Formats: sequence, C-alpha cells, structure tokens
Amino acid sequence: MDMKADGKARKGKKRKGQRNMIWNETKECMSRDEKRVLQSARLVKTVDRVYHNVPFYRKRMQSIGIEPGDIRGIEDLSKLPFTTKADLRDNYPFGLFAVPQSEIVRIHASSGTTGKATVVGYTRRDLEIWSECVARALTMAGVTREDIIQVAYGYGLFTGGLGAHGGAEKLGATVVPMSTGNTKKLTTMMVDFGVTAIACTPSYLLHIAETLEENGEIDKIRLKAAVCGAEPWTENMRRQIEDRLHIHAHDIYGLSEVMGPGVACDCEFHQGLHVYDDHFLPEVIHPDTLEPLEDGETGELVFTTITKEGLPLLRYRTRDLTSITYETCQCGRTLPRISRFKGRSDDMLIIRGVNVFPSQIESALLEMGGTTPHYMMIVDRVNNLDTLEVQVEVEESVFSDEIRELERLTKKIAHVLQQAIGLAVKVKLVEPKSIERSMGKAVHVIDKRKLV
Amino acid sequence: MYMKQLSVFMENREGRLEEVLEVLKNNKVNIVSLSLADTNEFGILRMLVNRPQAAYNALKKNGFSSKLTDVLAVKLSHRVGMLQELLEAVCAEHINIEYMYALSTGGDDASMVLKTSDLEKAERALRNKGVEIVTPEEIGLDFD
Repeated sequence: MDMKADGKARKGKKRKGQRNMIWNETKECMSRDEKRVLQSARLVKTVDRVYHNVPFYRKRMQSIGIEPGDIRGIEDLSKLPFTTKADLRDNYPFGLFAVPQSEIVRIHASSGTTGKATVVGYTRRDLEIWSECVARALTMAGVTREDIIQVAYGYGLFTGGLGAHGGAEKLGATVVPMSTGNTKKLTTMMVDFGVTAIACTPSYLLHIAETLEENGEIDKIRLKAAVCGAEPWTENMRRQIEDRLHIHAHDIYGLSEVMGPGVACDCEFHQGLHVYDDHFLPEVIHPDTLEPLEDGETGELVFTTITKEGLPLLRYRTRDLTSITYETCQCGRTLPRISRFKGRSDDMLIIRGVNVFPSQIESALLEMGGTTPHYMMIVDRVNNLDTLEVQVEVEESVFSDEIRELERLTKKIAHVLQQAIGLAVKVKLVEPKSIERSMGKAVHVIDKRKLV
Repeated sequence: MYMKQLSVFMENREGRLEEVLEVLKNNKVNIVSLSLADTNEFGILRMLVNRPQAAYNALKKNGFSSKLTDVLAVKLSHRVGMLQELLEAVCAEHINIEYMYALSTGGDDASMVLKTSDLEKAERALRNKGVEIVTPEEIGLDFD
C-alpha cells in the first residue's frame, strides 16, 4: 500500500540484521501447480485418515453423504464438513484425536467459553512440523543460528512459549526461555547477553521498550528482530515498535487448534502473512452463507490441516476475518498471503494474549449469585498493557450500607472472575440500570484499545 | 429504640446525588440528617428522613439500590469529652463502630447517629451509662 512512505520514513535509520533468507525454499517458493499436487495428495490422505480414525468425522461425512473417495484433490475441499470450536469442546478432551493416545507426546490447551479448555495433542512428527513452521517464520524475520533469542511468551499449556521455543531451537539459535512476568530480568539479560531477537506479544514488546527507555538501556541493546503475535495489532503499532527499538518486527499468527504460532508470518515486505499452505490449507468463506469467497474478499478464515497426525482438522473455522491473495510476494515466496486481521466473527476478545469470551464473565457472575447478568467489559491499553475492567450492577440484594461490605463484594467478584478467565480483572460497582440495555444483541464489551 | 436509616448506592460521578434528592423532593420526603461516604468509584448516601418507607419505595421505583437499616441515635450534651466518653463505653464492650454522623435535634443538645457491629449490645451499654436515646418521634420521623 504505502511502501514508499514506509521506505522514506526508515531512510537514514540504521537497522541491524541480514534480510531475505528463506528457510525452506523448496516448499516456500514452490510453483502453484506443484503445490496443488502436493496439497491434493496430502488432503486425500488426511481425509482418509480422519474418516477411519475419528468417529466424529466419519459420522459427519456420512451425514452429508460423502466418503473419502469423493475427495480427489483440493478442488473437492469445499465438499468437506466444517469443524468449529464447539466440536472440539463437545469431544473434550481427546475425542478428535486421530491416533492412539500412546502416539501423543504433548498436550496443549487454550481457554474455552464454558470454562472447559480446548485440548490439542501432538505426535512427535507434529512437533517436528511445528518447529519447521516456526523456523520458517523466524527466518522470515531475519533470525538465524547466530542469534540469541528471548522467548517471552508464556510457557505451559499456552502454545506460545513452547511453540516459539521449538522453532528457535530447530533453527539453531540460542534460546533464552524467559516466559512472561519478569520484565526487569528480561531487560537485564537482553543487555547482558547481547540478545538479538525476541518473541513475545506486541503490547508486551512496547512495554519492554518503555522499560528500556526508563532505565536508560535502550542504546545498550543489540536487538534486531522481533516476532510478535497472540493478539491483534496494527501496522502503526509495528512501526512504533520498530522505531523505538530500531528493529524489524514481524507478525506471527497461529492458533492452538491448528497448531500454535507459526501457521503464518509476514516477511520483510509486510504485505500480508504468508501461510504455510503445504501444511495448512487456507480458505476464506462468507461467515453467514459459508460459501467460499474470491481472493481479495474479506471473510472468515478456515483451515484444513493436511499433515497433522494427532489432531487433524477439516475446515476449522477460526472466526478471524481476513482476505487472501495467491500473488507471488516480492520476497520470492509463492505462499499465499492473508491480510492483517480485520476482526472476528464471534465475540472472543484477546486480552494480553489470553482468549476471553464475554460469556465466561456472564456465567461466572451468575454462578456467584447476587449479581445480575448486566455487566460491561471495558478493555483498554494502558502503558501498552491490556487492562480489563468489568462493571457490575449492584442489585438491592447485595447492596450494603457499609463500605466495607461493598469492598468485600468487589474483591470477591474480582477473584471469581480471575479464576474464570485467568486474567486480573478490575471490578467496578455501578448503579442498577446504568449499563445500557440493548434492544437486540446485548452489548457487553467496550474495547477502547486503540490499535494505532 | 432504633431509627430506620435509608442508604442509597451511588456511583461517584456528577449528577448522581442531585438525582436522588430530586426523587425525594418529588415524593415530599424531608431529610432530617445525612452523611455521604465516598470511595474512588462509588458512594453511599445515608439519611434519616421523615418517611423512610415511602422514600425507599420511591427510590426503588426510580431504579436505585437502597436499603433500610436500623441505626442508633443518641443524645449528647454539648461539652468537651462527651463523645469520647460515649465511645469509651462502646469500646469497653468490644463493639465496633461501622460509621457515625451528626444529627441535629435542635436546642442545646447535639446528637449522633451510630451504626455498630452489635446494635442491641451498644444500646444496652449506652443506656447503662445513662445516655439518652433519641426516639423517631422526637425528630419527626413517622412509620408509614
């Protein structure tokens, strides 16, 4: 779009790092025709496998009258049934796994709408492919085996930490597994170790930049690249990160259901995120009619995994809104590119990298008793960290004439909500009826985060 | 003999107090005494009014969370140390005072409204000390 302006703004600024590396040229620069042959073979195999190994898919395919033999190549992709997050939840925990549990070597989980987690499982080969994809993304960002990279995503059930970690090791970089939570230690080590790359959420990276500025350490770092993801951000935020830290920042995308971080990433031209479509077939569909859309049209992103063993998914609806292009990128990659996300087709919020559904707040409040389902979530970004305030109406039944009791109530609600969503919540008591009642679908979220 | 105190939940933002008072005015409720407790985000307006039940109903109708609570009103003579002596008696019984505020009863006496952790015990302790308890009639409160 505005490459010129971008180029001009950067002129004169020294940025460290070598560009234009490609980790797997064979796959990333493959001709579209060759790619179709590869994808078709992999799709056919995947469909056959899920039909025979996953009762859920067998039933669903039978119910719409298709058999594995009906899928001969990717041109038949749209005949396949969709998979949704609800399907994963209904088959909690291991119901959709396509291999015996003994083949599963790793479990990850993400927060779900009903308090139950969405569980994903990986075979040894799945983990290898995951590392491969992350290695491609890191290479796109200019990271090499010479680099020292801090992984500052959370380690644990969340796919961010271990996912980025595996890819960085595959690449041969020196990995510093920081995880999250201790910014002081992170910046100290960044300076002392001469860290050259970082993987974390974009808002956390801005917070790190501020900390470095405050401590007068900004000129002591050797950072040259960042791979940021797990939450929505904008082109402007990327420039802000790049200008403050004098680095290249790249957008990495992924979701645990499909794999984790490393499903797609943008190259040095930042003209959309390259999808590793030799492993994940992307489609963009109309969220209501579910019909596939033309290239360039905005709709819901759908993925079919074609190499996964543990948890293969057919046409998984991500709820992320984007558009896709198959034009070859200036970087030389023939991988399709998805545009920066334009929102979501459901009401999920991503706050500090954590998936939050308003319904989680609602059910937690209702379970607690004494409060109404009338609440408002106010999401904001203060000092580059996401904040969540939940306004709760004080009904007569919980109102007390003593401040002490109302403060106790505030704390109790905050505790219950934190347990439900895994994030610190600021609770504000408001008067009954002060939260606007909507005529149609209730409005429960005000997102004040300015992604600029 | 307890007083019926009316307390109202309010957000700490402009116009809220005025709106409560408007409801009371329109319903011909007279405020005998009031105290406003505020925190950063919300406040509690506590009042003794001439018609507590009518005031409560009117506020409820207008969407406010309010509540009628028993409180104790005690008479004090206007002299140095009087309040301290009164509290000494309460403290001796290990009773906690949640809040208190002044009540105008006219004449030379001063009065205090008290909410304690144990109202009954507080009243007994104060009566034993010879403290006079204000009755609702004295300050023109009716039980409607």
